[in-house]
Amino acid sequence: MDRNPLRRQLQIMRKSFFDQGYLDEQFVQLEELQDEANPNFVEEVVTLYYRDSARLILSIEQALERKPFDFNKLDAHMHQFKGSSSSIGAKKVKAESTQFREYCKSRNREGCTRCFQQLKKEYATLRKKLEAYFQLARQAGPMETACRPK
Amino acid sequence: MVVETNFSSPRTDAFPAGLRVLVVDDDPTWLKILEKMLKKLTTCCLAREALKLLRERKNGYDIVISDVNMPDMDGFKLLEHVGLEMDLPVIMMSVDGETRRVMKGVQHGACDYLLKPIRMKELRNIWQHVFRKKIHEVRDIESLEGIESIHMTRSGSELFDDGHFLGGGDTTLGRKRKDADNKHDDKDLGDPSSTKKARIVWTIDLHQKFVEAVNQIGFDKVGPKKILNLMNVPWLTRENVASHLQKYRLYLSRLQKERDVKNSFIGIKHSDPSLKDSNSGSGLHNSMNVIQDNVSNGSFSFSVNNSCVPNVDLKGREGDGKGISSGPMAESKGTFSIGIPDPRKAKSLQISFDHSLGSVDSVVNLASFGSTDTVQYSWNEVPQIQFKQEYEPLQLENRINQLPLPGLQHDLLTKYLQPAISYRSDHIKHSSPTEAVGESHTLNDQVFEPICTTTSSMKGQDIIPNHLTEPEFSPRNLYDGVGVEDLQLCWLQGDCYATNSGLQGFDCTEYNNPATIPEMPFHLYDAPSFDHEHLFDPTEYYVIDQGLFA
Repeated sequence: MDRNPLRRQLQIMRKSFFDQGYLDEQFVQLEELQDEANPNFVEEVVTLYYRDSARLILSIEQALERKPFDFNKLDAHMHQFKGSSSSIGAKKVKAESTQFREYCKSRNREGCTRCFQQLKKEYATLRKKLEAYFQLARQAGPMETACRPK
Repeated sequence: MVVETNFSSPRTDAFPAGLRVLVVDDDPTWLKILEKMLKKLTTCCLAREALKLLRERKNGYDIVISDVNMPDMDGFKLLEHVGLEMDLPVIMMSVDGETRRVMKGVQHGACDYLLKPIRMKELRNIWQHVFRKKIHEVRDIESLEGIESIHMTRSGSELFDDGHFLGGGDTTLGRKRKDADNKHDDKDLGDPSSTKKARIVWTIDLHQKFVEAVNQIGFDKVGPKKILNLMNVPWLTRENVASHLQKYRLYLSRLQKERDVKNSFIGIKHSDPSLKDSNSGSGLHNSMNVIQDNVSNGSFSFSVNNSCVPNVDLKGREGDGKGISSGPMAESKGTFSIGIPDPRKAKSLQISFDHSLGSVDSVVNLASFGSTDTVQYSWNEVPQIQFKQEYEPLQLENRINQLPLPGLQHDLLTKYLQPAISYRSDHIKHSSPTEAVGESHTLNDQVFEPICTTTSSMKGQDIIPNHLTEPEFSPRNLYDGVGVEDLQLCWLQGDCYATNSGLQGFDCTEYNNPATIPEMPFHLYDAPSFDHEHLFDPTEYYVIDQGLFA
């Protein structure tokens, strides 16, 4: 464990993400891609994800307000969203996406609506956590790369 | 959104030097990640655009990685386009790994299907697809062209220098070609052992069918499904046809280039109006017809001759003989049905040629030879050796006299069939002493020149009309054509023929009819020396310059 308290805190936080299932292997992949040339790569990717996925969330929301539901369109949107979420390893969000698509396939209106609410919650939670994480990381200073060899 | 990554630095071990990847995905997050991943595997990174880019820079990429779900275009559609137009390996990727989708991807021709999230190690090996394709293409071309290994290497490298022929990776290609050449010493078209395992072997027969189908449909309207249906070969798949069509197109464009080169030569020579398509065409037609009659050989689809003549852009009849010039390339394709040169037929052809040739203007003939880009093209594949010999006008003369005799033709053909490479050198030589051979030579040279250039310039375009307007021929150009040169050599001889035999007339038409030409030579040759397969690979040889026959 890092001696630096901030870094230690960071490591604990990070570990919890994995333990609690918020993030998966893909996140580690991103971390591995981060290097001196791109010291904030992970953060950049996550930011990009949130910006792009917000758009999709909005589209889905709008589609859900329309009656009747266009399940195909909903499914298409969600498929895209799922792909996007897989890019940063957003595990829980991805799981909800899969569930949503199942409901779409079975034309379950109620299921879709409920599921989407849940998805939005997970999405927001993860975002908050990651934001805090990166903030802490910035405070702790460039360490990941430096400490990695240990 | 599209991200193009260009890994030009060969520093990493993971990637072969200079693998140019085009990534297509609408998800910006994934683009960023893939870009970084690929970059990590090599060392450079660029960013560009997609299908348009691919089209603009046909030779700019080695492999395409594309997402399946994209708003502006279906990934599978893109996959098809890329596969057909550029013949690049395409890797699909998606978060959806359902077997159905994966199957669809493979059916549309994807080399691989990656599941998102993608790991870096998965990207590490994508170069294998590029490599594999190149190997297969080389083999394909080799067998089709029947180029002798040596020649291939030489011509191949030249060809490849051009770039697109095999889609990028010129150096690699050249190398591969060399290797392929060595492996294809026997130039067995359908040699399964030398190539792929489950790969389909495009035998001359099969290719002939293919060409016939293409001609029937009309080169411009051709599509793998249509061809497949027409061909009526049960075990053949649409994918096979698609990839073959791609190669065919590349081949034709290459031939066209050569033809253009040749045509220019021929044009020069053919100052004689008779050489004009109409004249020569008819002459040739006649001859062709005759020949065809004689040659019951199915493989000869001289049909081109008759019909093609007019089409052939012989730029002036000049050597376009190969006809296939430009537009007709497609046609030539059809005509190409040179099919399998039947030695027996060759004889008959020879004979018929004699008859027909007589009618043709010798000059024309020569030109046709030269222009017989068509032939040349095919010859390109064929060892240029032939050309070499041809080059000596004097010798040609002698030979030509003998042309009527099947045996002679055979000789000539053999000569002509010499690996293009050798031809080329000769050609160049000859170019200078065009005088020596007289017009024919010049034509030939000229012809070759343009041809060469055309070939090299053929970037997968359909045969471009021979624009051999200028006889200027630079020996160097000839070599560009690689195959062309060889052909040219032959054609030079054609010149000789022109004088001697009626073949000349034949040339004219023949050239125009790509199809006819290729077949002719074979028949004439009878000799197994030519790798008929190589020479006439219908697909590859569309060009079999008619001139040869001329």
